[in-house]
Amino acid sequence: MEKFIIITSREYLNKITNKTFILSTLFTPLILVGLVFLIGWFASINNEEVSNVSVVDNSGYIFDKLESTESIKYTQLKNFDIEEAKLISKTKSDFGLLYIENLESPKKIAETISFYSEDTPSLTVIGNIEGQLENILTNKNYKIQGIDINKINSNKIFVSLYQETFQGKKTTKADSFVGLLFGMFLAFLLYMLIFAYGGMIMASVIEEKSSRIIEVIVSSVKPFYLISGKIVGTSLAGISQFIVWAILFYGFSFLISTTFGITSTYDNNEFMLAAESNAISEASLNMLSAFFNLPLVNILIAFIFYFIGGYFLFSSMFAAIGAAVDNQTDAQQFMLPITFIVIIALYVGIFTAENPDGVVSVIFSMIPFTSPIVMMMRIPNGVPISEQIISLLILYLTVIFIIWIAAKIYRIGILMYGKKPSYKDLIKWLKY
Amino acid sequence: MKNLLSIDSVSKKFGSHTALNNISLNIPEGCIYGLLGPNGAGKTTLIRIINQISLPDSGKVFFNNQELNASHIKQIGYLPEERGLYPKMKIGEQAIYLAQLKGMERKMARSELKKWFDKFEISDWWNKKVTELSKGMAQKVQFIVTVLHKPKLLIFDEPFSGFDPINANLIKDEILQLNKEGATVIFSTHRMESVEELCEYITLINKSNKILDGNLDEIKKDFKTNTFEVAVNSPDAKSLENKLKLEYETFAPTFRTIGDNLRMNIRLVSRQNSDKLINLLNSNSRLIHFKEVIPNVNEIFINSVKND
Repeated sequence: MEKFIIITSREYLNKITNKTFILSTLFTPLILVGLVFLIGWFASINNEEVSNVSVVDNSGYIFDKLESTESIKYTQLKNFDIEEAKLISKTKSDFGLLYIENLESPKKIAETISFYSEDTPSLTVIGNIEGQLENILTNKNYKIQGIDINKINSNKIFVSLYQETFQGKKTTKADSFVGLLFGMFLAFLLYMLIFAYGGMIMASVIEEKSSRIIEVIVSSVKPFYLISGKIVGTSLAGISQFIVWAILFYGFSFLISTTFGITSTYDNNEFMLAAESNAISEASLNMLSAFFNLPLVNILIAFIFYFIGGYFLFSSMFAAIGAAVDNQTDAQQFMLPITFIVIIALYVGIFTAENPDGVVSVIFSMIPFTSPIVMMMRIPNGVPISEQIISLLILYLTVIFIIWIAAKIYRIGILMYGKKPSYKDLIKWLKY
Repeated sequence: MKNLLSIDSVSKKFGSHTALNNISLNIPEGCIYGLLGPNGAGKTTLIRIINQISLPDSGKVFFNNQELNASHIKQIGYLPEERGLYPKMKIGEQAIYLAQLKGMERKMARSELKKWFDKFEISDWWNKKVTELSKGMAQKVQFIVTVLHKPKLLIFDEPFSGFDPINANLIKDEILQLNKEGATVIFSTHRMESVEELCEYITLINKSNKILDGNLDEIKKDFKTNTFEVAVNSPDAKSLENKLKLEYETFAPTFRTIGDNLRMNIRLVSRQNSDKLINLLNSNSRLIHFKEVIPNVNEIFINSVKND
């Protein structure tokens, strides 16, 4: 136990005093914040651009009802035939030309309206034009048929379901949306953590093996203590890094938003301030309440348990791989199956987003290698505790089994040099 | 004499390959013991079993008459043949870390290390990294780490490889000093001259089997063939030569001397003795050289492996 602590603290101190580690800890949030604002800036430039659309309206009543928006501006060209209009529109470097024939019925007009442009227009522009034209022409049609538009509008009924769980908790559409988003965030976080720190463990095992210090170490401590000290020490370093990131990220966002008066879309601070000052849009209030409607305690506890389980599962495999090979390049062939597992888990995660309680999602939230990711996406939308316990039980039993196997491979592998082992060799080592 | 380490019928297999086949050894306390054998004979496997890096499939190992267990780790110091240090960790820090893993207190480790660093005149390396040191320098540090915790049993696997002659001598003297202070030493090596010079006992392992072990002098006694190197200066060398050839089994000489006119190797059979031979040689010639041929470890090694 004492040696375990010595190893753990060395691994921890060694990680956090490493230059690369310090630099990545300090600069990652900076780069991330920078990226967020860069994306925001690009988006705003894109939105500021106004698309001019020239309209030749031979019907006489459509142009008057077309409303320009922030991004699309309609201007009328009077008394030109189509070829002339095209030429003018092109020389004005318009975004496009809308050409409307003069025909008797709105239905016939709708069939013949055409739009000319330099490039293929974006869906939003086309959507806006089509939507407006549909309204105008439908209303015109009603008028011709003698139908009272006001009557239709006043008799329209909008439905927004009142949702409640069987347990009597109120839910909304925003709830499932926020749940989904939060679940995806958690699953992604879990995946990132597991891989980043698993990779570090593998590198550290390979370093000990290739520098040949390993034989001295294992003559002093049991390989099991060495590898568990390594895994725990690295995870502590990871947690420290995360805490620093959280502080820096918060600090940077605050600094930038107060200095430049821009608010980042990632700044969840906004919700809080907005809620306090009562100057809130209904949407963000919904989001906020949806967030607090999530089973947060359940999520937190599950996250911790799935993180520990998943982390131990994957890092013991990474450690075994590191021990089996002599260098990073040789590790690739053994990394492949692990990468596959994670890709499957992420794809199932996408199904899960669609239907959190679908058969596939439920099955994969039970399979130990995918359960940490898939279950974290399901839980925000509510998963019975019994199901979570079964899934965790399976996960932890598998963890014990995998650690047992990994320890065997590790124990043999760290002292094997020269030959690049095959899967057959690994299985043989289990019997030594 | 009390045995510090007893190995009792130890076998170890890796898959279908037998690495050690029913090996038994006794290593007396306070001796220097040579573990010899060609490459792949199983020496490293045996050393790893003594260090509890791997476990034997069958058989037992006793340290100080106790079955080998985790408490013995701190009483053993091991310098492997393939040795290394953490490339990016400062020398002083990692030496302390390795000593702590052997069960030393941090403070104690630091003060002991200071002594050794002063002794080897390498105190200014404390804050350097291994990548800044030469191979020989790194080996000095590894040697210090091996002996720092004052183990009862020291195991050196090819300790002199990689050292220049001056440093090899320095290390040899330190090993002898530690042995004088009571440490039992196991050498695993191919360098027969160092075995000859240092070892009191040897074991020869070939193809996973022990083929020879015991006190080196006894082994040499067993291996000698009662052959003598003789050289004389005789007024009638020709007739003396004929006489000798008639009476004894003679061979071409395997040595050189100065001032003789007759030189040969003579093997005595059991009814003959050396006194008589000396008398004959001395009768009317001048005896210049007379020496019993004692096989060296190298010859014993090669012969035993060949005959195995």
